[in-house]
Amino acid sequence: MASTAQKRFNTRAGRVFDVVNIVLLVAVGLLAVLPFVYVLAGSFATEVEIATRPFFVWPNEFTTESYESILTSDVFVRAFFTTVVVTLVGTLVQLALTALMAYPLSKVDLPGRRTILSLVVFTMVFSAGMIPTFLVVQQLGLLDTYWALFLPMAINPFSLIIIKNFFQQLPVELQESARIDGANELQVLRHVVLPLSKPVLATFALFYAVGIWNDYMSPLLYLSDTSKWTLQMVLRQVTAAASLSADEMGSDVPPPAEGIKFAVVIVATIPVLLAYPFLQKHFAKGMLIGSVKG
Amino acid sequence: MTTVLKVDPEPPRTRPGARRRRFLTDVVRYRWLIFMMLPGIVYFVLFRFWPMYGAHIAFKNYIPFLGIEGSEWVGLAHFEEFFTNPDFPRLLTNTLIVASLSLFIAFPLTIVLALLLNELRLTILKRTVQTLVYIPHFLSWTVVVSLTALLFAIGNGPLWTFFNDLFGTDSNMLADPDWFRPLILMQMVWKDTGWGTIIFLAALAGVDQEQYQAAIIDGAGRWQRVWHITLPSIRPVIIILLILQTGRFLDTGFEQIYLMSNSLNRDVADVFDTYVYFTGIQQGAYSYSTAIGLSKALVGVVLIFGTNWLAKRFNQQGIF
Repeated sequence: MASTAQKRFNTRAGRVFDVVNIVLLVAVGLLAVLPFVYVLAGSFATEVEIATRPFFVWPNEFTTESYESILTSDVFVRAFFTTVVVTLVGTLVQLALTALMAYPLSKVDLPGRRTILSLVVFTMVFSAGMIPTFLVVQQLGLLDTYWALFLPMAINPFSLIIIKNFFQQLPVELQESARIDGANELQVLRHVVLPLSKPVLATFALFYAVGIWNDYMSPLLYLSDTSKWTLQMVLRQVTAAASLSADEMGSDVPPPAEGIKFAVVIVATIPVLLAYPFLQKHFAKGMLIGSVKG
Repeated sequence: MTTVLKVDPEPPRTRPGARRRRFLTDVVRYRWLIFMMLPGIVYFVLFRFWPMYGAHIAFKNYIPFLGIEGSEWVGLAHFEEFFTNPDFPRLLTNTLIVASLSLFIAFPLTIVLALLLNELRLTILKRTVQTLVYIPHFLSWTVVVSLTALLFAIGNGPLWTFFNDLFGTDSNMLADPDWFRPLILMQMVWKDTGWGTIIFLAALAGVDQEQYQAAIIDGAGRWQRVWHITLPSIRPVIIILLILQTGRFLDTGFEQIYLMSNSLNRDVADVFDTYVYFTGIQQGAYSYSTAIGLSKALVGVVLIFGTNWLAKRFNQQGIF
């Protein structure tokens, strides 16, 4: 065993390749996070340092000026809390709708199941596009409401099918005994199926949450009232502008022109990065269950 | 009811009304499941199928005041207008180029990265690199584009300095049309190459290690093992992803392109997706822009079924 393993790797060319591969992949790994590290360092740096040092991962002179400026800005703080609330409520609604639909579809004897599944798959292949969806949102009176930020994409067909597949491969014995004890299907879902599906549900909850938090297209399409803007819209406004006056930010302190851009990027990203370790723990387990077998 | 029963192909042992009774017993028996599914069904009807019905305004002259029903039919006029529009060749070229960058450069790079990660024997290093390269996937396009703006900021951006020193130029990459596509490609690769490896690595984890042992005994070198064992083992995954990717070929990622385009790079930046937004939402040409979206969606359907058919022709597993 050991000798074949050695033979497998310990040729001269093999060793050279291993070293090159390690160096290359470490570089790739660093490239993936260095832009972010630079911006994090920049968000704590002074205007002068940002303007004069081309690249750094640690500021020479440490300042929280940029953060003070955005945290006293009405526009920014309101957008932040709006986004937090919309993300929390939206994720709950989306996950509930998805799980409630996935469970019945996991019952192979349900009449009409195949038809519904085909229709769901059809929506993955063909979608009407931006304008007809916009017109529906308009006709439903959802323009300029927070509902428009999560209802139009409430159920992701891929997620639905993966969750359905997961439910389908759960052992039926427990569910059967719950039914014999007089539980209805809703109770079976709540007390038997969902507790067994925590990793999968956590994964998709976080996917949905990241999707809402990061969404730029929906607020762009559906919100014209700037007071309802989400964080991504404000972020765009801040980083695309040459510089901002205190008035535009609704802040008492005049914002540092460059530093504020760095700080806003960080604040818009931190919640997603905080969720990442939890996400990573689950997604390998949760996502691959349904998807690899296709 | 009686006429329906006459043409009904079911055997005669079914008494009249039995079908309806069976339907009713089904409804009663499955009432909880049906009840649970209702919100989801309402969602699909409202937000997925109603827009498909509404998409017929592509063949009408939709005027909001008259409503979808009241607007007048115009046949293929909007499609004609679009395909003969002087903007069309430019939009098509831009879309095809961005789509090709994604399919022919970003996608193969994902496979290469997965193979390289798979050859890494230091488990801790492998895990660490994986953790790092997945991160950019979770950043929004707004953040990615903002990062780009900061990294390429004139005068002080790290990458602005790097590339201008490298090429001995003094260009503002963010506004330079020649830099638009390289920037788009860099963003695409940075954001999603790492994440894309996940599914390949999962498939690679399932490869029987004894095959490698056997190959080594037969004298296969490292490269031969990759070529004859590793790659064939992820071929089904590659093909399935290829079919899905081809189906989305013309979806150039609205947010990325929209956020990266500005008045100076419009000529190379405009793609179908952003054009639909500008003409539809901003200029209110609903019918015209719906016609464009619909054409695009139809091409997508043809592409996905086409590649699926091709895959099956070559005895590979398709998705349908």
